[in-house]
Amino acid sequence: MSDDVTFRVFRGEPDESGKPNGKMVDYTVEMDEGMVVLDVIHRIQAEHAPDLSCRWNCKAGKCGSCSAEVNGKPRLMCMTRMDEIMHETPEGQPILVKPMQTFPLTKDLVTDLEWAYQINQTIPPLSGPDEMNWEFDQIEADRVQEFRSCIECMLCVNTCHVMREHQLFGQFAGPRFFVRLANLEMHPMDEEDRIAMIKDDFGIGYCNITRCCTEVCPAGINITDNAIIPLKERVVTEYYDPVAIIAKKLGIRK
Amino acid sequence: MDKTYMTHEFDVVIIGAGGAGLRAAIEATKSDISVAVICKSMLGKAHTVMAEGGAASALSNKDPRDSWMTHFRDTMKGGKYLGDWRMAEIHAKESPDRIRELEQWGAIFDRTPSGLTNQRNFGGHTYPRLAHIGDATGLEIIRTLQERGIHTGMEVFMEYTVRHLFKTEGRISGCFAYNRVDGSLHLFKSKAIVLATGGITRCWSVCSGSWEYSGEGHALAYWVGAELGDMEFVQFHPTGMIWPPSVRGILVTEGVRGEGGMLTNSEGERFMFDYVPEMYRDEFADTEEEAMDWVNSIVADETPTARRPPELLTRDVVAKAINSEREAGRASEHGGAYLNISWRPEDQVKKKLPGMYHQFMELAAVDITKEPMEVGPTAHYVMGGVKVHPETQESTIPGLYAAGEAATGLHGANRLGGNSLSDLITFGRRAGMYAAKSAIEIEEFAEISHEEIEKVVEETLAPLLRKGGENPAKVVEDLRELMQQKVGIIRQGQQLEEALEELEAFREREESASPGGTRVYNPGWHQALEIGAMIDVSKMCALAALAREESRGGHTRLDFPVPDYSHWGKINSVIVKGSDGEMKLSHTRYPPIPDRLKEFLDAEDLHEDEEESNV
Repeated sequence: MSDDVTFRVFRGEPDESGKPNGKMVDYTVEMDEGMVVLDVIHRIQAEHAPDLSCRWNCKAGKCGSCSAEVNGKPRLMCMTRMDEIMHETPEGQPILVKPMQTFPLTKDLVTDLEWAYQINQTIPPLSGPDEMNWEFDQIEADRVQEFRSCIECMLCVNTCHVMREHQLFGQFAGPRFFVRLANLEMHPMDEEDRIAMIKDDFGIGYCNITRCCTEVCPAGINITDNAIIPLKERVVTEYYDPVAIIAKKLGIRK
Repeated sequence: MDKTYMTHEFDVVIIGAGGAGLRAAIEATKSDISVAVICKSMLGKAHTVMAEGGAASALSNKDPRDSWMTHFRDTMKGGKYLGDWRMAEIHAKESPDRIRELEQWGAIFDRTPSGLTNQRNFGGHTYPRLAHIGDATGLEIIRTLQERGIHTGMEVFMEYTVRHLFKTEGRISGCFAYNRVDGSLHLFKSKAIVLATGGITRCWSVCSGSWEYSGEGHALAYWVGAELGDMEFVQFHPTGMIWPPSVRGILVTEGVRGEGGMLTNSEGERFMFDYVPEMYRDEFADTEEEAMDWVNSIVADETPTARRPPELLTRDVVAKAINSEREAGRASEHGGAYLNISWRPEDQVKKKLPGMYHQFMELAAVDITKEPMEVGPTAHYVMGGVKVHPETQESTIPGLYAAGEAATGLHGANRLGGNSLSDLITFGRRAGMYAAKSAIEIEEFAEISHEEIEKVVEETLAPLLRKGGENPAKVVEDLRELMQQKVGIIRQGQQLEEALEELEAFREREESASPGGTRVYNPGWHQALEIGAMIDVSKMCALAALAREESRGGHTRLDFPVPDYSHWGKINSVIVKGSDGEMKLSHTRYPPIPDRLKEFLDAEDLHEDEEESNV
């Protein structure tokens, strides 16, 4: 397999108001066996456009840097094989590569992820006992380890309609950070309570469990069922469950 | 072009945000000082994220026979006795607490049946020693340190590249960086700097490293006059992916062999039984039956009584064995060896090695629960780096510290798998602590030469002013190919001499490389700026390799194929920039190993009777 392939790549920067200002540019390069989308982008840089902007690091699906929208679908460029892409693209059509659309554009395929770092800062960290040598079972670890496999690629946030269509960045933590919150809330040694924040500051109520985030997660985390719904249940129990509220008043429940 | 720059002042500046850099920052912020972390990628994306197998420390959770003494002994032996014994001692003693502390900060390592941190077997470690989470331990460590670090008050400058270190009256006084996103220029005045910049393996065309591994940290230290040591020692990890071509070099964790993975050649033979070095003969199985006994104990979660399979020999040995099998015409279909874990039940493979399962499934369309992987050597780690004081991690330049892969000492001629992640947290902490201590003692930020600043500004902007030159990507590609061909896993004097000459020729190409485009997020410009560092670190490696006329650990000479115990086995190379600007090579030795530590080592390995009188 050494066919030519044409990529139609977004090139541009934001205008003064911050809106993307650019155009789709066609590049044709030769393709080798086993290539992934990121390989083709690198070949375009090496042969046609050294200044084409794109983030990447590990090239093995472990760092979550090369998120983009390929043929309209959010994915990691390093883990998307070209034979899969060729298969889904109608014959003779170029392959469309765009940056994540939910985040502000920096340039070409690079977006500004400052929001993610800011919100992460506001989450109260793990708080457990001072003594070292913590003991807990693998079965307790399993539940949390699923969340620990998040590579912060932000594809889930990019896909979530609360973010993508409604841009509720200040009011909603987004799937990635519900995963982190679930990680902390379900940690076997954690003593902190973040339920009020999850309800008020992180706006978990905005999520109407359409599962779009779970579908695009390259780490295969069951975001909706294992992170978001259990957190929603905890909020409901704490604030809206009449039995639990009475039990609390009577001192039967914490 | 706009030459203005912004000036920042921080008591301590840490360059690099991998395991060592973040651990240093966490420690430095414990003092009441200002701390900046400058990193080339976004926070949480550094190269540490790619580490897979685990972090080695003698927690003795899995095998009560383990102790810091055995870990010390294994590290020295694996490094072929060229390591700094004091660093190996500190590392063996302190790493268990560093691991436990990570758990308090949020890391969730796999558990033993009694609920403690589980530990996995790895090459060269006598006992199961690696704390791990599946095969994604690097991600766990970087995420843990990131989540701890952001609440310490450190200020992070993401996607900045440091171009130059400044000295004022002999002491480090700051650094110069540019912002990769908007192309702006930045001067950082500081009282101490920690280099936690990782390695150099991007200088080889088949490597497990990302673009970040262009060796800029090593070059920065060299340019400012610090001594670098052991630069000839480069670890070629035995198991990188080899097929399809686009994934060549991507790491396949040693954990596969730790979990019972077997290496075979095209004739179906488990060839590693033929490659057990004399010094390890007593510790490894002679027969497939004995090796299987050991594996069965591991699978059953029992303490093994049989000796280990030879697949778990040190990385240098396994890499060279795969290479020799290929030379002998017994390579796998695409020129490597077969690595098979599919004999274990599917659910166990997926639980223990989830990353490997996905990596092969998605990138190579190979189901490792059903068929063997194809693997071959890949440039993975440089044992050489900035020479540091074993306790404080201070380099030969006052105020400049180094930790992790950027520093040398702990690993000698060959690093044991798992000793890198534990190195990062052990010596990252020390570097941060001592950098903070020294910064506190200094009252004022030192003046920095304007002339020197102007020169860096010129050099940084130069590639953007060029027109019609080569694409920087082409220059880098050719340099990496040169290193792969002539300074690779098996070296020869003639080729090393050629490499040294050819590397010089790259300087002209560096000066004419033109990326085009603007200052905004321009990868071509970034790459053009990396070439100078790549040339210098490549040269350090070739120069030190040419001098060392023996084979040992991560340095193998076809023309000097055996270790030399009387001379080379006792001395380490040192590279420094001479006053004439030329690269100078000399050799030195660590202080003698004290008797209190010598008693833990294998006496016959030390070859003390073969001492040269005039070294």
